[in-house]
Amino acid sequence: MGLDFSVVPPFFDALLTGALWTVAITISAAVLSFFGGILFAVIALYAPWPIRYPFRLFAWLFMGTPLLLQLFLIYFGLIQIGVDLPAFVAGVIGLGLHFAVYNSDIIQAGILAVDKGQYEGARTLGLSRGQTLRKVVVPQAIRSVVPPIGNNMIALLKDSALVSVIGVTELTLSSQMAISRTFRPFEFYVAAAACYYVINLGLEAGLRRIERRIQIAR
Amino acid sequence: MDTDLIIRVFPYFIEAGWVTIQLSVLSMLLGLVCGALGAAARLSRSVVLRFIGAAYVSLIRGTPALIQVFILYFGGPQIGIQLEAFEAGVLALGFNIGAYMTETMRGAIISVDRGQTEAARTLGLSRFETFRAVTLPQALRLMIRPLGVNINALIKGTALVAAISVVELTYTAQRYIGSTYKPFEMFFLAGAIYMAIIYVTGTAVSWLDRRVALK
Repeated sequence: MGLDFSVVPPFFDALLTGALWTVAITISAAVLSFFGGILFAVIALYAPWPIRYPFRLFAWLFMGTPLLLQLFLIYFGLIQIGVDLPAFVAGVIGLGLHFAVYNSDIIQAGILAVDKGQYEGARTLGLSRGQTLRKVVVPQAIRSVVPPIGNNMIALLKDSALVSVIGVTELTLSSQMAISRTFRPFEFYVAAAACYYVINLGLEAGLRRIERRIQIAR
Repeated sequence: MDTDLIIRVFPYFIEAGWVTIQLSVLSMLLGLVCGALGAAARLSRSVVLRFIGAAYVSLIRGTPALIQVFILYFGGPQIGIQLEAFEAGVLALGFNIGAYMTETMRGAIISVDRGQTEAARTLGLSRFETFRAVTLPQALRLMIRPLGVNINALIKGTALVAAISVVELTYTAQRYIGSTYKPFEMFFLAGAIYMAIIYVTGTAVSWLDRRVALK
């Protein structure tokens, strides 16, 4: 059986829809992982110990196990405790939580690297601990960690392919559906790879722009 | 927690963990070879080799590993490559991590101080001798820790081949979640074995890093 890429164009619409879902999942999970990462970083550093230590255990467990395993846990675990979420939502939560833990690790380092004088100065000016974190420390920390967080976003885009296994009809599952009708795996997986590559190029360009703007603001 | 169930399925998870270890070790070895070749290509004087190296890194790192596994396993037969799921998994994972290792190794090599190369060349060593006797030993020291990070990602990445039905840890966990409806127990069981593998690997990497460190 030779290769014949002319089987791909008839499924253009299906693949495009899948690609749009991939973008939607990536953006939703990226937003969740960004704000989740900030929240987790603050918890890991400043929460009282009965919260801090269990949280660190959770973070350690999430960083040491595969994303695919976590997706199964979240999808089937939620069903078991009676929460029947749509696959899309479960996928976004799974991806978002996984990368929030990785982002939190980076943001913690960023927070610790902010000059102590900034914290002391803000407290002396009468800001509360919460205000100091929210308005002085965290914004400076975020700025310094944009490049590594950007790398996590790129990893997130590629790992979004994993949510196909819990039944989200994104790019990977869309190509699998086309394959089950045409029996042409090579052509469709290569087409899917090309789509991911293009989306990835767009994401990288976007991240570079953000990095440049932040550098100017500094 | 259903401890009876955990004890009953535990042997199957150990067996699956052994498959995960085999996948990890074999694809790591392949990855190291691909990484070394890739780094050599990216740093070579030939434009063609540099282009091939850059294309390898860009294409592999720009697309999902899952898709790469699928292209090889499901698409392979169409271009005359017929592989068992385990073999396809090892090849795809190794080729994939090799692209990341290419960048790790290249980074370590180019961060060796330029003065070292210049001094060695001035002393009359050839380009090759300089690389073998001066640059490489220093670069090897620099690359152990970042390669450890790559290997850590690879071990967790082996879970992907569950999607082509290789009976490793994640596949086993998924199967028992389906048959027992105990997702938490199965997650902790598989998770504990992954953590153990990653812990041992991490310790080995730190030990190696300390062994070769300059006193």
